[in-house]
Amino acid sequence: MSENVYIIGAGIHPFGRTDGRSGREQGVHAVREALADAGLEWPDIECAYGGSAAAGNADIMVNELGLTSLPFTNVANGCATGGSALAASQQAIASGMYDLALAVGFDKHPRGAFNAKPADYGLPEWYGQTGMMLTTQFFALKIQRYMQLHGISRTTLGRVAEKAFRNGTLTPHAWRRSPVDLETILNAPMINDPLTKYMFCSPAEGAVALILASEKKMKELGADGVKIRAVSVKTRPPNSFEVFQAGISIEEGGKPTVLASKAAFEKAGVGPEDISVAQLQDTESGAEIMHMAENGFCKDGDQEEWLANGWSEIGGRLPVNTDGGCLACGEPVGASGLRQIYENVTQLRQRGGERQVPGKPRFGYSHVYGAPGLSGVAILERE
Amino acid sequence: MGQKIDPNLWSDGPEPHLMGGKLPSGEVVFPMPVGDAAAGVEPYKLSRRGKLWSWTSQGFLPKEPYEGPGSGPGEGPPDFQPFLLGYVELPGEVIVESRIVDARLEDLHLGMELEFCIVPFNMTHDTFAFRPVAAIESKAA
Repeated sequence: MSENVYIIGAGIHPFGRTDGRSGREQGVHAVREALADAGLEWPDIECAYGGSAAAGNADIMVNELGLTSLPFTNVANGCATGGSALAASQQAIASGMYDLALAVGFDKHPRGAFNAKPADYGLPEWYGQTGMMLTTQFFALKIQRYMQLHGISRTTLGRVAEKAFRNGTLTPHAWRRSPVDLETILNAPMINDPLTKYMFCSPAEGAVALILASEKKMKELGADGVKIRAVSVKTRPPNSFEVFQAGISIEEGGKPTVLASKAAFEKAGVGPEDISVAQLQDTESGAEIMHMAENGFCKDGDQEEWLANGWSEIGGRLPVNTDGGCLACGEPVGASGLRQIYENVTQLRQRGGERQVPGKPRFGYSHVYGAPGLSGVAILERE
Repeated sequence: MGQKIDPNLWSDGPEPHLMGGKLPSGEVVFPMPVGDAAAGVEPYKLSRRGKLWSWTSQGFLPKEPYEGPGSGPGEGPPDFQPFLLGYVELPGEVIVESRIVDARLEDLHLGMELEFCIVPFNMTHDTFAFRPVAAIESKAA
């Protein structure tokens, strides 16, 4: 039997670019904010899990936070670093071993980061030499086919980005805080057809920290907790279509997002119709569209109607990426998945200010996807 | 003709084929695996004809390890030549990622008939590509 686990503290260092402050320093900032939110001091924390993709080891943060001898595990899991840190800290408490745990993710990528080397991905050199080793191409190739098969228009791609920048204007931790109109988005320079400059997120900087507690500890502290109903991390099944594949199977395979989503819904005992607010991986506009369907929130092709009618806006049927997502916040890899959780905690506690979804949201859903084909889903509940 | 970008990527001869591998299960994969993963995999000549599965354009100079026009010493974005690329479904075999040549972006569509070809890549090397079957026929005419 496993214990119930709650998030009782959440902290964030604003995303974007912060010259003169290292990724790890941004992580420390987020941890201190999370501790203050939970009403705790650093020595109260019993174990920690964290990481970054490009800004060093998380466990060095004890230099700044304090040498309390706690076990601190570094997590290095690419785009799922944050999700894996959350899963590990959740398990640490669910097992009954600890009552207070920290999950932290941070990053600081140079401008125009992410140049991948073929050998790191088990690919032949020619794949990189001839100009095919670009993540942006994969996203374009995936949405191009999806648009053809399911009748998604370029305008809908543009509407996703327009919504992201609009939500970013309402979000203190967002990087892009100015609105961009649909026409500008659609007419911007093409990166990889059909995706223009404004439809892609950029590598960025930022940090998020979450403090997890057992039910007993939360009650003892009288803390404002949000329950973790389910966390699920899945790697790709056979024959899936992922980033960096020179050849793909003619058999249509499964998708890591679909697996992670189904497992999380099953574990939580709820369905897509129960979700009040969702944060879905939006590396680019097309990703948000495809992930709406892969996570079970609509049928393939229905996104056209969703975006035209504003159903995924704040105040809509299911608000998606209420803080502007990766498009407005940028993507510091180690922190990005935890930003989604931070946003859901904020929304479920009804502390979203101008971007707060209306009513009393009960279930928050978050979904992260990354290379080389893995996905993490978390479902939170406001009891 | 330049050198092949990879000596084992396609077969030699007047009608070259892209080289894949056939797994013991019968499944065809691309590219041919190397090292321990090649154990039990038979080199397999892939079909020269296929259908367009998806596509995109590459309009900006890729970073290293790209070695095409624009990447050389003293070169830069103005020297870059934009290109098209996509996935081509080789019926009953595998879907391969490839450059697409002799076509305009606006002409590309799902299921378009394409044929394998070898094209110059940079000053020293050739690479493989697929081009519309119609383009081959109009060139021959």
